[in-house]
Amino acid sequence: MNYIDIKNNQCIPLASIPVLEYEIFLEHNTSLLKESQNHCVNYYGFHSDGKIKLICCIANDNDGSIYVSSSHINMNETLLSFTHHHFAFEKFEREMHENFGIKYLNHTWLKPVRFSFDRTNKENTISNYPFYKIDSEELHEVGVGPIHAGVIEPGHFRFICNGEQILHLEIQLGFQHRGIENLFLENKKLLQRVTLAENISGDTVAGHTTAFVNLWESLCNFSADKDLQFTRTLALELERIAIHTGDLSALCTDIAYQLGSVVFGRLRTPVINYFQIWCGNRLAKGLIRPGRNNFPFSKKLNDKLYKLFDEFERDFIEMCEESFSLSTVLARFERTGAVTHQQASSIGTVGMSAKMSAIVRDIRSTHPHDFYSSLNHQPVIKNHGDVYSRVQIREEEIKQSIGYIKKLLKNIPEENKERKNLSSPSLNSFAISLVEGWRGEICHCAVTDEKGELVHYKIKDPSFHNWLALALAVRNNEISDFPVVNKSFNLSYCGHDL
Amino acid sequence: MLDNFKILIHQGKQFIPDITTAEVPGIFRGRPVISNEKVDDDKLVDLCPTNSIAKNPVSIDLGKCTFCGECAFAFPDKIKFTKDYKLSTNFRDGLIVKEGEEKNIILNPDLIRKEISKYFSGSLKLRQVSAGGDNSCELELNACSNVNFDMGRFGIEFVASPRHADGIVITGPISENMAEPLQICYDATPEPKIIILAGTDAISGGVFADSPALNRIFLTQYKIDLYIPGNPIHPLTFINGVLELIRKRK
Ligand code: SF4
Repeated sequence: MNYIDIKNNQCIPLASIPVLEYEIFLEHNTSLLKESQNHCVNYYGFHSDGKIKLICCIANDNDGSIYVSSSHINMNETLLSFTHHHFAFEKFEREMHENFGIKYLNHTWLKPVRFSFDRTNKENTISNYPFYKIDSEELHEVGVGPIHAGVIEPGHFRFICNGEQILHLEIQLGFQHRGIENLFLENKKLLQRVTLAENISGDTVAGHTTAFVNLWESLCNFSADKDLQFTRTLALELERIAIHTGDLSALCTDIAYQLGSVVFGRLRTPVINYFQIWCGNRLAKGLIRPGRNNFPFSKKLNDKLYKLFDEFERDFIEMCEESFSLSTVLARFERTGAVTHQQASSIGTVGMSAKMSAIVRDIRSTHPHDFYSSLNHQPVIKNHGDVYSRVQIREEEIKQSIGYIKKLLKNIPEENKERKNLSSPSLNSFAISLVEGWRGEICHCAVTDEKGELVHYKIKDPSFHNWLALALAVRNNEISDFPVVNKSFNLSYCGHDL
Repeated sequence: MLDNFKILIHQGKQFIPDITTAEVPGIFRGRPVISNEKVDDDKLVDLCPTNSIAKNPVSIDLGKCTFCGECAFAFPDKIKFTKDYKLSTNFRDGLIVKEGEEKNIILNPDLIRKEISKYFSGSLKLRQVSAGGDNSCELELNACSNVNFDMGRFGIEFVASPRHADGIVITGPISENMAEPLQICYDATPEPKIIILAGTDAISGGVFADSPALNRIFLTQYKIDLYIPGNPIHPLTFINGVLELIRKRK
């Protein structure tokens, strides 16, 4: 067998992952991606026995499988690239080239990804990044960043324009690189690690923390009690509502629609304040912990949430009806920043960036964890791949999440007062955890050694796939539409840079 | 048009009338209070994920604390977090809360530079630099300008260029890759200018303090005018801190 077939949040002995000759490894994984139900959730390498161990994880969206395979390569081997066969591997291979100096024979362009502090080639610095250039007297370049004009994280955007029209956009990231994956190994206390998970991306605290705790619990053979699962599912859906609502506000701001901007912005407040009421932090930091829960859900919290939704829904629906019936609003959203189905599939997008282009990809339905199996989630799918599709997904997902939460509240699990302590992680093991955050699929992977210590920790934010979708979306658009297109994706810098 | 009015009426007035006395809803981990209760100090020190707790006397450094609240869960009689969100100060030691001492965290008026109260007391334009931040402080800084907190009414605003700014607000632990852009931004800000550190990551590196991917040299070169702790900072903490800085006189 070329692979081992596992499920989300399953922990397996590292030795059970088949180790393939590189050619077979390549053939196997790239041919899996020829089928549209499969996509690559993670592909990475780490030092092992003086060599590099590559692990590739391909998820099947039809049956909830994750196919894991591996290969063991020598440090200075030159390899044929996966990218040559499927473009979805492009970034993963660039990352491995940057981190380990792996040479690929037929990769499109092995540019640095995030200028990690331990990269092999220190000559590559963030200030000498090789931007794509076009030699022309008519075209001009526009560069913005790294510091953003608003209160937003840094990245450098280099446009090649023909007058107002964008021909090409290249996005350079890495400014937020904090060495976070390395810190997961360095910091040995569990509390340090879960706090790190909370700080991967501050707008996705519930998403990344759930991925971490589910992974950790599976490494420790701990099956989470119902009340823990309830907390995580509820937090994920609340986070989705909060950030989507804030995004609708920001989108209105970018098209100068003041009323929408103000009202959606205001509507986000009670939702994030609800986290404050529940756990003392507006972004849910402190709420989710492995194997325990400091903030049991009470009857009082339940009543407050119903009341919140009564008020929220009324104003939200009213504001959506008004905004999305205005021709001035629609004129800016419709057909702006479109990505085709073919483009989106070829780069392996996830989350909204996939669902906007008729790709049915949502971990909540394909690889459910916590309470998602019981919610029977049906992803919101759009076809046009434009700003309006992304707006509609947000609007409909907010309504859907409210429905899910109300369903969850009908049956609140009792707090388990006699919780077992977490045991130590399994030895020589591999575990994977997938979560559908509001932005899309989050993937955490861990490998332990013979003492059960973490030897490798890999985080993948949905933005890792999706930044390229933004670059494709703005082609042939006016440069003045860039802010609204950018905001409609709302990708993460720190989640990407790690 | 009529629909718009209807919506406006439904929305009512959303701003918080008095930002200095507003109460945070629900629970909040603001200024901690440490009692004189005897506990196992070593256990307490060891538990903290960011080494914020010291012993003899037991103290918490809010510049390092990530406000996870775990110390208060483990030692409820020893440590309590109050709802006091006024956590800002202008000297680093002012962030250290000791056992048995219950006092507010305040700015030292003697350390406020003269230019600040002279030029900025009615209007302050700030350039924000996200330097390895996790985007949570950035979200809260944006919230400062929304209709609830409405920081603009005090003349405090974020601007798009350092050329338009009176100072910079740094969030994040300052990654190596942001060290140079941060310096360029600071240099481009006209004098007199101020530096505000927003959030625990900026003040001490927070959960990233030991990462080899950081470069915090910038902070050793200039006087920091305001430290605002939190993970993330609460909008009320930020606005009150800045107001104190620009309004306080000797
Ligand atoms: S709340 Fe602060 S002092 Fe207490 S354990 Fe957490 S980080 Fe340490």
